[in-house]
Amino acid sequence: MASKQNEKKLNSWLKFSSTRNFYPLADKMIPWFMGLAIVLTLIGLYMTFFVVPPDYQQGNSYRIMYIHVPAAWMSMLIYLLMALYAGIYFVLNVKLADMMAGGLAITGAIFTVIALWTGSMWGKPTWGTWWVWDARLTSELLLLFLYLGYISLRAAIDDPNRAAKASGLLALVGVVNVPIIYFSVTWWNTLHQGASITTNKTSMATEMFITLLVMVFAFWMYTIAIVLMRVRNEIIERERDTSWLVEELGKEK
Amino acid sequence: MTPRKKRLVIVLVGLLGFAVVVTLVMNAFNSNMVFFFSPTQVLNNEAPRDHTFRLGGIVEEGSLVRENDGLTVRFNVTDGLKTVPVKYVGILPDLFREGQGIVAQGKWGADSIFTAKEVLAKHDENYMPPEVAEALEAAEKEKAAQQEAAARAKESSAAGIPEESTGQ
Repeated sequence: MASKQNEKKLNSWLKFSSTRNFYPLADKMIPWFMGLAIVLTLIGLYMTFFVVPPDYQQGNSYRIMYIHVPAAWMSMLIYLLMALYAGIYFVLNVKLADMMAGGLAITGAIFTVIALWTGSMWGKPTWGTWWVWDARLTSELLLLFLYLGYISLRAAIDDPNRAAKASGLLALVGVVNVPIIYFSVTWWNTLHQGASITTNKTSMATEMFITLLVMVFAFWMYTIAIVLMRVRNEIIERERDTSWLVEELGKEK
Repeated sequence: MTPRKKRLVIVLVGLLGFAVVVTLVMNAFNSNMVFFFSPTQVLNNEAPRDHTFRLGGIVEEGSLVRENDGLTVRFNVTDGLKTVPVKYVGILPDLFREGQGIVAQGKWGADSIFTAKEVLAKHDENYMPPEVAEALEAAEKEKAAQQEAAARAKESSAAGIPEESTGQ
């Protein structure tokens, strides 16, 4: 009895795992998330440059943190999500899960580049070097290579099912790198400092923390909007011959 | 078991197995993943003797000496237990100061001085406005002063009682 009910619940959720039901939902959600992303980014950047005070040791150069930290967090979180979708693809055989993983990978790679680039710009004035081969920086660079490998592998195989399987395996194998990045600063001696924000302490002034949170939410909203857009485009590309899509596109005109 | 559950188990077991392998490999390579050695490790001969390595620690308060050529600096690096003297010729990063964490790359000489080729400043995970830092420092001093006063009061009262008793 209960299992039947659970099955029903699961099925009503799985409704959106079909591209046909997902497409109009994504269409409706995109403008909201994009709007929120723009508003939050503007607020966050204003606070970054005009509201928060300079740091007691680093002065103004620490302000790059409000880009660097959200980008670095997103680079790791997106990888976890991507691997989760790759796993869902293997278990449930839903092609939409593979599309989500593929859409996430590009944004993840962009955030990884931003994290590495802003980190380098921050490292020069504070540490005195653009780059060192410490565990944190090296594992983050490895993350970029994993993203690039995933994207190229997925693009290199023509058959979408085989592409999803091969690249999904790489995504799942690479997921062990994410905890290595996160804990690298506690497991080894690194030049990179430890985490300022953990579940039980925040070693950051309140106004700085709030500004950081605004930027993190802005990056989240942007990621959701852009990934939905990318998946929507992939649905159009793959299913352009189906009657429901032709009908759907006709409605939009 | 449904095929769906079977595939879920395969994925999870595969991931777990791979994670165990990576953990073992990383454990094996652990000593090579160290970015720097602490002064204690250096003085315990755990750092390489014959080639360059990185030394990390805090610049000891009051140990910084600039030589007359304007470029050579000498300071001590400490980890709270042991201290290593360092010599460096060059420009120091902005964040370099006494009490600050640094990582220096160089060689351990026969004269028991670490000659650095490069000095990097390590910054901590604390972020706050300058006023807050000043207030914290003032509070710390206040607390230290109070503790000292309390200790002194205790001492004098402790010293006072036997005086009275001997007086009687």
